[in-house]
Amino acid sequence: MSEIVLFKQLLDPEVRNIENYIKLGGYEGLKKALSMQPDDIVNEVKRSNLRGRGGAGFPTGLKWSFMPKGEGQKYFVCNADEGEPGTFKDRYIMSENPHQLIEGMVIGGYAIDATVGYIYIRGEFEFVAKILQKAIDEAYEKGFLGKNILNSGFDFDLYIHLGAGAYICGEETGLINSLEGKTGQPRLKPPFPAQYGLFGKPTTVNNVETIACVPDIIKKGSDWFLSIGPDKNNGTKIYAVSGHVNNPGVFELPMGTPLREIIYEHAGGIIGGKKLKAVIPGGSSAPVLGPEHLDIPMDFDSLKNVGSMLGSGAIIVMSEDTCIVEAYTRLAKFYAHESCGQCTPCREGTAWLYKILKRIEDGEGKKGDIDLILDICGKIMGRTICPLGDAAVMCVKPAVERFREEFEYHIEHKKCMVENKIPIF
Amino acid sequence: MALRFDESDVKKLEEIRAKYPNNQACTLPFLHYAQDKFGYVSMDVIKLVAQTLNLPVAHVLSVATFYTMYNKKPVGKYHLQVCTNISCSLLGARKLVDKLEELLGIKPGETTEDGMFTLTEVECLGSCGTAPVIQVNETYFENLDEKKVEDLIESLRKGELDV
Ligand SMILES: Cc1cc2nc3c(=O)[nH]c(=O)nc-3n(C[C@H](O)[C@H](O)[C@H](O)COP(=O)(O)O)c2cc1C
Ligand code: SF4
Ligand code: FES
Repeated sequence: MSEIVLFKQLLDPEVRNIENYIKLGGYEGLKKALSMQPDDIVNEVKRSNLRGRGGAGFPTGLKWSFMPKGEGQKYFVCNADEGEPGTFKDRYIMSENPHQLIEGMVIGGYAIDATVGYIYIRGEFEFVAKILQKAIDEAYEKGFLGKNILNSGFDFDLYIHLGAGAYICGEETGLINSLEGKTGQPRLKPPFPAQYGLFGKPTTVNNVETIACVPDIIKKGSDWFLSIGPDKNNGTKIYAVSGHVNNPGVFELPMGTPLREIIYEHAGGIIGGKKLKAVIPGGSSAPVLGPEHLDIPMDFDSLKNVGSMLGSGAIIVMSEDTCIVEAYTRLAKFYAHESCGQCTPCREGTAWLYKILKRIEDGEGKKGDIDLILDICGKIMGRTICPLGDAAVMCVKPAVERFREEFEYHIEHKKCMVENKIPIF
Repeated sequence: MALRFDESDVKKLEEIRAKYPNNQACTLPFLHYAQDKFGYVSMDVIKLVAQTLNLPVAHVLSVATFYTMYNKKPVGKYHLQVCTNISCSLLGARKLVDKLEELLGIKPGETTEDGMFTLTEVECLGSCGTAPVIQVNETYFENLDEKKVEDLIESLRKGELDV
């Protein structure tokens, strides 16, 4: 069996109870961390090559090292907004193995000298937040949270903050604004959160899965973490597989597991033995791939090399029965709906992308619409405050390019070329 | 009628307030709390939250309107929120919406006349591996099909489910 770092519920289904978590070696990473210098923890995480699981794959230790030294309030924030379509992994860490996240939060807080942490959970996950809160209460009782943790002199308080339904609050500066009680509009960078973050104080934001990797890295050492997965893409990864597969779900596997193995072995292959048409490898914003990509190792660098990205590791599988025009019209609608409206290229561009795609889908497409879509994509890319505008382009453009024929067929014949499709609109 | 928070509310709101360094940060949690208590976020609720936190009404209003989870009009006893994003749609979310329209006689965005059900289409609920999914109030119903939706509505009508 391969290494289990995050999904310890596979070792003990009741690991959400603190006693069970401790029996499995839980909170030993914290004990060790508190005996180390904060800088040594940052260096150990740097050496482990841990890269952010929130989407961009940014090196976590490096991010932590950007935090300024010295006095003053600092914050450690966990991004549990989990809004990227196709993504449903952080939820299971929080509901099944919540102490892993809590332990990672305290270690991270100690490493960056933050005495307060917030976990920003999407509002729809209130039922997950309740489980997590229970675990937080347990951790306070045992002295793993609160004042003078394990007699180390270090204080750390951890609070849950519920979002209220806005994808843009997953973007880290949108999230910070939302935590401050404002609308979730992203901020211009610089200044980066490490200089001017939550309540104007130095802040680090990390994804749930990223933070949950930390306790084992500290406990077992960076060499152990480096022994899993390909060079510079280390550790295990939770792949969340959805769409047309027999056994959808979350699978913790070594980083770099081939796409084919994930889809055909772990996720049970495609429903009805159908052919694979398209696969999104990293949440809806990741450029679409095709059957020729099945042997790609699912890691940051390998996916980048083929023009896509690992993103959140959410794999969306589409069989031959999928109308790509319709599927991507639905995704374009999502980006248009979620644009916060601050930047004209994103606000207008995403609305236009949806409008044009919808008319093609409705059989009212015009000659030249495909080039118009590509032109609009060019006018959004790189011209916005946050990456949502780019994300919409990375979603739509590769799909239109790869399946151009299908879009052209829709425009010319005013109907779909896929028979037996499941209607989306 | 002027709305108010009673003593037990004030105690709970103070607990929330203690988590943050300033009043403004309480805007979202207070709105959640008020929506739970009063059913939806009316202009009166917005004014009450603003007054309680000593913040401009315009600020609370802007927050209440930015986030989709704050209901600006009354919703039914059961708020049926159907995810129609990609993973749910690939597995037939549209059929679930059609079925609900037929069973309830309303379109998305509407509430039944008896005030029992509101139907809404929503974006990805983070439950794509158990698609298609409907959130009813706070509870997720996963791996649904048309038959299960029929059973769900029947159970809700009979008051058999705690959501
Ligand atoms: C539109 C948008 C939505 C995002 N949503 C999420 C999210 O739901 N969860 C998440 O962890 N990161 C999300 N991110 C990435 C965050 O901005 C940030 O990079 C991440 O939380 C950093 O954590 P990491 O370094 O641990 O990956 C999103 C980014 C953008 C642009
Ligand atoms: S790119 Fe879009 S979502 Fe991001 S800040 Fe600009 S308008 Fe808002
Ligand atoms: S697409 Fe429906 S829950 Fe994610």
